Amino acid sequence: MLVHIGIEPERLQFSWISSAESTKFIDVVTEVTEAVRKVGPNTKLVRNLVREQ
Amino acid sequence: METYRAKIREIAGRLLQEEKVEMVIGYQDGTIPMITPPMNAKTSGDAEKLTWSSHCCINLANYLTEVKGKIAIVAKGCDSRSIVNHIAEGKVNRDDLYIIGVPCHGMVERQSIATRFGDDIEEVVEEADGTLIVRGNGREEKYQKAELMRQNCKVCVHRNPVLYDELVGEPVAIPEDIQRYEEVEKVAELDLNERWQFFEELVSTCIRCYACRDACPTCYCPTCFVDEARPQWVGKGDEEPDILTFHILRAFHTAGRCTDCGACVSSCPMGINMRAFTKTLEKDCLELWDWEAGLTSDVRPALETYTPDDPEDNFK
Repeated sequence: MLVHIGIEPERLQFSWISSAESTKFIDVVTEVTEAVRKVGPNTKLVRNLVREQ
Repeated sequence: METYRAKIREIAGRLLQEEKVEMVIGYQDGTIPMITPPMNAKTSGDAEKLTWSSHCCINLANYLTEVKGKIAIVAKGCDSRSIVNHIAEGKVNRDDLYIIGVPCHGMVERQSIATRFGDDIEEVVEEADGTLIVRGNGREEKYQKAELMRQNCKVCVHRNPVLYDELVGEPVAIPEDIQRYEEVEKVAELDLNERWQFFEELVSTCIRCYACRDACPTCYCPTCFVDEARPQWVGKGDEEPDILTFHILRAFHTAGRCTDCGACVSSCPMGINMRAFTKTLEKDCLELWDWEAGLTSDVRPALETYTPDDPEDNFK
């Protein structure tokens, strides 16, 4: 649903990793980080704390 | 409509007279046109006030979780599915219920009547052939019910109650050419940013009155997440991220349980179509798990079950 309303699918990833699968964990985290970096900073659902003048 | 109304009154009167139930939950005519508030009929005299029209938009299953004892309830297709939901989730006991099933011809959207006629509506009368005669301020207009129908009623494929003790009329035929997910597919065709914009605009008028939540039979948490202060899950102001968070989360809480009864949309004072959120979840449940809410009380709702052959395309 998050993708349906327009959140980039790269930001929402699922994986099964056992506590014994450290290499898989590193691979997945690296992959996710790279994917999110490509999409850039998130602007959706972010509160505008500094009020625009 | 007239025959339905008479039949509902007759059944309710009989049940109360014979003391089979303590109360009949139904609709009554409101003080303003096109509004039918819920009513608890407790005597056979009260039963004469029960009504039925094309404006019975709210879902009476919503009132079942608050009451105790033997209860009769008037239920159209979607309401009956919400009742099945309640039974599956242990909120009500089937043996305590007497369901007066109403084969549904669809409800009309009162906003679209007001848009066409103007705000000075004094009376809306319905003919047997589906013509609505709207009167007000000395004017009279005729409309076809089909063109004023609520969107969820247009795409409804469960118009007959799935669970009932007595029907007030013959089951209605379901058209075969219904495009159930046309609205969802239209949004899905847009690119990510356009979709986001669509939803931003959709809720931009939301005033956080929570009428949608209160009208929803699936929203029965003792404390809703938006009302909780410790921890405070979501901001209480009218900032867009907070409004969107409320709508996204509320919709997600109804996933696999929403029967698309449209009570949320009908109760919204700002005319927001929050079905745009819930309908996509309904589509996902149907496509991923072949699940439709409220058809059986023997199986747990979609998000409460797990089978080894569940699709895992999302998982790496």
